[in-house]
Amino acid sequence: MCLGVPGKVVSVDGFIAQVDFWGVTRQVRLELCDADVEVGDYVLNHVGYAIRRIPPEEVEETLALYDELLEAAAKGDGVDLLAADMRGELDATGGGGS
Amino acid sequence: MSAAQVDRLQFRDPARARGLLDRLRALTAHRVDRPVTLMHVCGTHEQAIARFGLRSVLPPGLDLVMGPGCPVCVTSAAEIDAAVDLTRRGVRVATYGDMIRVPGTTLSLADAQTEGGRVELVYGVDQAVELARAEPETPMVFFATGFETTAVTTAAALLAGPPDNFFVYSAHKYVPPAMEVVAAMPDTRVEGFLAAGHAATITGFELFEPMAKAWGKPIVIMGFEPLDILAALVRAVELVVSGTPTVENLFPRCVTGPGNGRALDALWQVFELTRGHWRGIADLDAADLDLRAEFARWDARVRFDLPRQLGDGTAHAACPVCPPQQRCGDILVGNARPDDCPLFGKACTPDSPVGASMVSSEGMCRIWFQYGGRPELGP
Ligand code: SF4
Repeated sequence: MCLGVPGKVVSVDGFIAQVDFWGVTRQVRLELCDADVEVGDYVLNHVGYAIRRIPPEEVEETLALYDELLEAAAKGDGVDLLAADMRGELDATGGGGS
Repeated sequence: MSAAQVDRLQFRDPARARGLLDRLRALTAHRVDRPVTLMHVCGTHEQAIARFGLRSVLPPGLDLVMGPGCPVCVTSAAEIDAAVDLTRRGVRVATYGDMIRVPGTTLSLADAQTEGGRVELVYGVDQAVELARAEPETPMVFFATGFETTAVTTAAALLAGPPDNFFVYSAHKYVPPAMEVVAAMPDTRVEGFLAAGHAATITGFELFEPMAKAWGKPIVIMGFEPLDILAALVRAVELVVSGTPTVENLFPRCVTGPGNGRALDALWQVFELTRGHWRGIADLDAADLDLRAEFARWDARVRFDLPRQLGDGTAHAACPVCPPQQRCGDILVGNARPDDCPLFGKACTPDSPVGASMVSSEGMCRIWFQYGGRPELGP
């Protein structure tokens, strides 16, 4: 529940951003984010809220773990709690996208 | 260690992992008979440790235990009873999926649902607000669990001005006082703490500095990658061995000294600390997050008259549903491991849980069950 999940900001409208998570766009709220965000920034989301703007130099390292979790989830080798947590985080973000 | 686990470690620079493990072995060689005991306080850490099979590679001079890191597990049975009661009063109750099967004194919210009560599962507070908006005539209570990382989102939803039929029943809890209780237990073996990376993203690491000093135990902020974890363990053991009770941030790509100011502002604008009951542990001072009086109009405790019930202040006995052979309370404070419990994997499984630690995906019993019983031995 406290893993959070990183995504790339596609558009910003006030406190609402559309954020791309591995090809799926979801709505994320920005009022708790530690810094102002712009299109192209990466943010770390927790239950529907961005809690951190990920500095550009740290994006790659931050994404690595999640890439591996997605792979594990896609393989579907039994229930993986971390991968399930990540899916839960994604489901907590609003629809409102493609 | 199985081949699959070696692969997972190799996924992150095996040479560095081996170097860190060699260092851990050297640092703890003199402690094989009385291992250096470190406690982490985060279900997500336990998931990562079990998933990557890390305990299987740790040296015998190091014992890594989990403390009160599962918010669902420490939610009091009386609060679940009150939520069940709300459904009987015609109130819709929304909560996180992990909560629904946690047993109250007699019933869980799943049982309330079977009885015809309206219980909605949500992934985040905003979904609960939307559900309330969709049916403005019916009161909707969001039964809010989680530590400070999650409490900030509840705070933001209240600051955004939810509809009048939306209420928050706060079971949010604040981790530092629970760490303090463990640190102060006379028989504790814990010599150092590993603080959760993402909770510290919100609170920052400076918050821990007076605690490390007061308890005489180092606190190291730890991330979630195998190498993040190993590096934090090395640093924590170094600090224990050299007797240096300081705070170190080994997760700088997420955690800063002061933390997330906006989120902290929202948290303390909406919540204040109060004495509350942590299931299986004790009544703790200033460890529950209660809505401030300014937010009383959305406070389910006020609107539906749900007083905060305390236990008798003692560990274990305070949990009304724990029969004596259950170890849930010992597990929550790091004094036992799931396989110490005679019920583990037998009378208590994820399909038929006896204790909350087997229900929540952040509970140590559920995590160990899911990753093969004794994940430190490998599958
Ligand atoms: S196995 Fe079940 S009964 Fe035993 S400590 Fe874990 S949750 Fe409690």
